[in-house]
Amino acid sequence: MNREDLVLSTGARHGRGAAASARSGARRTRVTVITPPGRFSLPRWSELWEAREVAYRFAQRDVLLRYRQTAVGVAWVVLQPLASAGIFAIVFGQVADLSSDGVPYFVFSYMGMLAWNLFNNVLGRSAPSLVSNQSLVSKVFFPRMIVPLSSAASVLLDFFVALVLGVVLLVVYGINPGWPVLLVPVWVVLVVLFSAGLGLAASALQVKYRDVGYILPWLTQILLYASPVAYAVSEVPDNLRGLFNANPLTWMLGMFRWSLLGLDQPPLWQIGGFAIAAVVVFYVGALFFQSWERNFADVI
Amino acid sequence: MSRAAGKAVVVAGLGKSYRVGRRGYRPNSVVEAATERLRHPLRRAVYEEFRALDDVSFEVPWGEAVGIVGRNGAGKSTLLKLLTRITAPTRGRIELAGRIGSLLEVGTGFHPELTGRENIFLSGSLLGMNRGEIRRQFDSIVDFSGVEKFLDTPVKRYSSGMYVRLAFAVAAHLETEILAIDEVLAVGDAEFQAKSLAKMRDVAKDGRTVLYVSHQMQTVTALCTSALYLERGRLEYYGGVDGALERYRASFATFAAAQSDASRRAGTGELRAQAVRLSEESYEPAEDKLIEIDLDANPAMIGHYFVSVHLNDDNGVVVVQCDSRNVGVWLDPATPQSVTLSISDLWLKPGRYTVDVFVCKTGILDSWEGAAVFEVLPVSPYPELAGDEAMSVGTVLSDFSYRVDPASSAGAS
Repeated sequence: MNREDLVLSTGARHGRGAAASARSGARRTRVTVITPPGRFSLPRWSELWEAREVAYRFAQRDVLLRYRQTAVGVAWVVLQPLASAGIFAIVFGQVADLSSDGVPYFVFSYMGMLAWNLFNNVLGRSAPSLVSNQSLVSKVFFPRMIVPLSSAASVLLDFFVALVLGVVLLVVYGINPGWPVLLVPVWVVLVVLFSAGLGLAASALQVKYRDVGYILPWLTQILLYASPVAYAVSEVPDNLRGLFNANPLTWMLGMFRWSLLGLDQPPLWQIGGFAIAAVVVFYVGALFFQSWERNFADVI
Repeated sequence: MSRAAGKAVVVAGLGKSYRVGRRGYRPNSVVEAATERLRHPLRRAVYEEFRALDDVSFEVPWGEAVGIVGRNGAGKSTLLKLLTRITAPTRGRIELAGRIGSLLEVGTGFHPELTGRENIFLSGSLLGMNRGEIRRQFDSIVDFSGVEKFLDTPVKRYSSGMYVRLAFAVAAHLETEILAIDEVLAVGDAEFQAKSLAKMRDVAKDGRTVLYVSHQMQTVTALCTSALYLERGRLEYYGGVDGALERYRASFATFAAAQSDASRRAGTGELRAQAVRLSEESYEPAEDKLIEIDLDANPAMIGHYFVSVHLNDDNGVVVVQCDSRNVGVWLDPATPQSVTLSISDLWLKPGRYTVDVFVCKTGILDSWEGAAVFEVLPVSPYPELAGDEAMSVGTVLSDFSYRVDPASSAGAS
């Protein structure tokens, strides 16, 4: 059971002196009760909502800091996926001569990188966030979940800039994805939930075990090649196809390519599966995070 | 409605334990932890428990400024961390009848790359203000800090004084009903300190509650209306400021008494100091101070050893380290020794000083903290009487002089 709870009560407080009672008279008095943490506690969403200002300032800080004192600033956001899409187009499209389901290889891998970067950056930035903010974690109280979650916000900004460039590319190449493009916001929400859930768990784990910081980049690097980011699933030999189809990132990439390139719609079970996976992963990640949260200051 | 209805803070049976040192094996990485688990799947780790805080109960009414005093390691900061929810208690219960704002360090959340303006918003929100409150207080914060010209400059380019003033200004404008402060009033110059102290006093007058941890007795006396005295994690006294400070002062004497028993002191004990004597109980600031130390013999010990004497002021600042290596003095352990340290040309400010004596070779053989205490009398060593204000800041006094060369009106150097 969740033994830590916040009790809300309304009523005037009996302060000393006129100033105090005048102040408290108009205000809701909230009693906060602090007790030892139970074994299992649910995330306190209301508290998270109350601290939204902190989340906003964190996100603002991340965004401001990243491009302050850089020469080309925001251009880095588009240079990165452009360069990787370019190199993939050369290596996979020209050297290995793989098919890209009839779409120019460059746009094909650019859209893949777009989705992949969203997943990878949310995970990659949220995982080390608590450790890199350890002076805050040990000195001031706020819902800790804000730290990894707000790091996702700056990734979203990058994503939108890269998406705009993606739209430009579609126009240049004369590709019209049709009505499924309207589903892109839904996919974005699902990817963020999915990767933030993993990020929450990883960041909590990293407070105690710094190994996470070494393992995670390595794992995502492997995952990048194991997922059809730079190639089409149709190129995967039949005997391995089952394995690829079991990877939720394959579903994610399929959904993005359907919506952005007008390729075939991925099977419904993949779309539904990803939606369920995203919600479950996020919730489990949040629960895991929550159960470790109150010890962060002691172990960080 | 609630037990805390008439009180700002109600603490009952509060305790916090830390696991110190796991007996036997201790994993440092996931892999180590996993292999250990595989090897001994059923073994449960045994931890040694350290009770940083134990069974603390008290109630604080509204409008009270409570000082929290105690020696190092008494649990003061732990108590503050529990009250501010930075860490979770192991036992007990805390009820806070309002928002709590905490000031555990200067510049919470300040980022060097951000401008002063951006940092005000970031730090303010972290300390518990919402956007409206910060906007409303913004001018007042800037005014209090006196850095308005540099608001759009990254704080990494600030002088340390400006940085601290801005950081404190944000914190001083917290509007939470309860304010927890950990020794951060001791920042900035004397004028700024006085301003900060006055601000904190206003907070309490306003009917809000202040919890203030400090080593500095003057600020506790100046600010607080009551005080808690903690000793080794237990609440020993809660009441008037004078009573708590009396306990606090007495604890120094108890500590010094315990230290005079050589077997209870730190160090390897290969060779210990027998006695430490001062030439006088009190000195005038500019007087020479003589410290006599009797040392045991240990014929079995190889090589020579040295002694190091520290003088500490009342705030625990080491004013001077007189290490015998600096003057080429090494002692022979074969026979008992008696050494006399003479400190001249050191002008101490009036106040109470403690003497720590360390006997060392490669490691520390004997560490005798608080081996002696002396008082420096409140007289001015200077030729002119200029009032307390002319001597109020700084750690020591000195034999200084001014040479005045009137600049010639012709402008020649």
